[in-house]
Amino acid sequence: MTELLPFIKSLIAAPGLSGYEQPVRILIEEAWRPLVTELHTSRLGSLQALKRGQGTDPRPSILLAAHMDAIGLMVTAVVDDHLRLTSVGGVDARVLPGQLVIVHGREDLPGVIVQPPPERLPEEARAGPVEIQYLLADTGLPHEQLQSLVRPGDLVSFAQQPLELKGETLAGHSLDNRASVAALTHCLQELQKRSHSWDVWAVATVQEEVTLGGALTSAYQLRPQLAVAIDVTFGKGPGTPDHKAFPLGKGPTLGWGPNIHPGLHRSFKALADRLEVPYNVEVMPRHSGTDAYSLQVAAEGIPTMVVSIPLRYMHTPVEVVALKDVSRAGRLLAEFIVQLDDEFMNNLAID
Amino acid sequence: MSKNSENNTPRIGEEQIQLLERLCTACSVSGDEGEVRAIVMEQVSPSASELKVDALGNVLVARRGEGAERLRVMLAAHMDEVGFMLTHDDGEGLFRFETVGGLDERQLVGKPVWIGRDHINGVIGAKPIHLTTPDERKRAISLDALRIDVGPGGDGQVNVGDRATFATPFARLGPSLRAKALDNRLGVATLIELVKHAPPEIDLLAAFTVQEEVGLRGARVAAYAFNPDLAIAIDSTPALDLPAWDGAEVTQYNTRLGAGPAIYVADRATLSDPRLVRHLVETAKSLGLRYQFRQPGGGGTDAGAIHQARVGIPSISVSVPGRYAHTAAGLARLSDWSDTLALLHGSLARLTPQLLAVER
Repeated sequence: MTELLPFIKSLIAAPGLSGYEQPVRILIEEAWRPLVTELHTSRLGSLQALKRGQGTDPRPSILLAAHMDAIGLMVTAVVDDHLRLTSVGGVDARVLPGQLVIVHGREDLPGVIVQPPPERLPEEARAGPVEIQYLLADTGLPHEQLQSLVRPGDLVSFAQQPLELKGETLAGHSLDNRASVAALTHCLQELQKRSHSWDVWAVATVQEEVTLGGALTSAYQLRPQLAVAIDVTFGKGPGTPDHKAFPLGKGPTLGWGPNIHPGLHRSFKALADRLEVPYNVEVMPRHSGTDAYSLQVAAEGIPTMVVSIPLRYMHTPVEVVALKDVSRAGRLLAEFIVQLDDEFMNNLAID
Repeated sequence: MSKNSENNTPRIGEEQIQLLERLCTACSVSGDEGEVRAIVMEQVSPSASELKVDALGNVLVARRGEGAERLRVMLAAHMDEVGFMLTHDDGEGLFRFETVGGLDERQLVGKPVWIGRDHINGVIGAKPIHLTTPDERKRAISLDALRIDVGPGGDGQVNVGDRATFATPFARLGPSLRAKALDNRLGVATLIELVKHAPPEIDLLAAFTVQEEVGLRGARVAAYAFNPDLAIAIDSTPALDLPAWDGAEVTQYNTRLGAGPAIYVADRATLSDPRLVRHLVETAKSLGLRYQFRQPGGGGTDAGAIHQARVGIPSISVSVPGRYAHTAAGLARLSDWSDTLALLHGSLARLTPQLLAVER
């Protein structure tokens, strides 16, 4: 059985920016292979793993989607000893100066993002935060060497080492959403010792941070009866308004809103109450900001749920999660799958 | 140069780089230099004729030479670095903090930190971009809004008054080095080598100083105590050799990476002794070493305090150029460091009282 902490650390150490998820997919594939019946990669690069149920053919299926892509940066130009950059996904330029990165050129080059001195910037850009277009990356290489190894379009991923903090929490980049990939893995592990009649599609989706295209195409291809997006949500902490955030270590959140099937939400909530798994209800009045947005509208439409793990400092290289919340989310998903029977869809009411 | 010195020329090799890594990884914010002090004492003790830690925490090391008419030469390298101090416990493992030394607040957000001598892990987080408005993102996040987070339940493990630094591991990047606190562990590592390989032509008086980043305070009392004939401050100075946004020619770069040791003629705190400027340049030329003049302008080193000690001390500074000083990760070129060490060693071995016999 894969230990949670080292597994998450290995997941966040692997690059896998939106559209270029292969490095992390290889790791997930390795972890999932012994836990599932079969697995393959979709045309857009999502990892689709089937754990066959024990029910009679044809069996209904549930799709669990955790996106594996991460935000990062991309090279736009090589200038002297430096690189100019743009973002891949939602990056707040204010966290970038001084961040350790790896530039994925013809070889992987460690580097750092730097804020040029004011006299190198246009006058209106000198005070306040420096926009991404004016920031630079430095690999320590002189121009000739840099020019031969890096070109526009090369990816730049965060390289901050994971840090264990107090209270069994972990800080690092890309915990959005590798923490959820770990939760999904934990679910598959839990299912090893349980019997379930439904088929389970575990999917590590691509491109959530940019297009949501991975979840949409996998849901279309696999046509599950139910879908669950597993993602991270705002953890209570400095800078985050309390009414929009959830405490670390107090369980996952169960989403409620237009992206979520009300009956499915009620079913998860009842189960969590029965098992005494701590949780919070998270209201999502519009777009849930997760794969659920596309899962729900795949093909003729799929009843969809969102389960989230609270995380502090989202989209910074020092995101923080509580390990307990990760394992609880995984366990809740496993318990939900175990209790799915032939009657579940018939009893699933929207009102 | 005597034969003796030739054989004793220091070099930067694996051993020296590993020592620099230890020095850079240590947390020694101004006023709490103990971690670096311990490494310095361990390294220089075997070579020292005299060694003491003074009232402020400076490590003062004398290594006497052999010939007659030896100059008493003070070399100073500051041990302290910029960083943070925890100032208030908000509970739940969250701490308010203030900066120590010159830090741009825009460099703090989203960084991991080490707290105290036990290097307890923490992070400086930021509001998720999803919850910010475009207007908000045009304003820098003020120090007031930032916290050091050591994790829930972490209070009790760290305390108000503890110092913290950026938690940046040391790395080699091709011909360069990337680390926190290269300003001034490069100077400290250089001075350690000079103590170990002191030219016998002089009495070498090494001051590993404290509190440079908060007002050159250690150097002042060290210079008084040593009362040397002349002094050289060894530091790391910014290399601002970055391209302009519009491709305009860059003429104000302070120093350039890869162009060799930076010799100071003038900064805001010191007008270097011209006899020492000439001596360093002549040494560099005769040894065939690269060197550059630090562009005259702002900034300052320990020399600013040293040259005004007692009746006045002829002083100069030599720096290893470094990009991105006072941020989480600085960058320096290995060749600049070894050329700096070679220039200093060669210059010390050539020093005679005649240099100061002519008036300034």
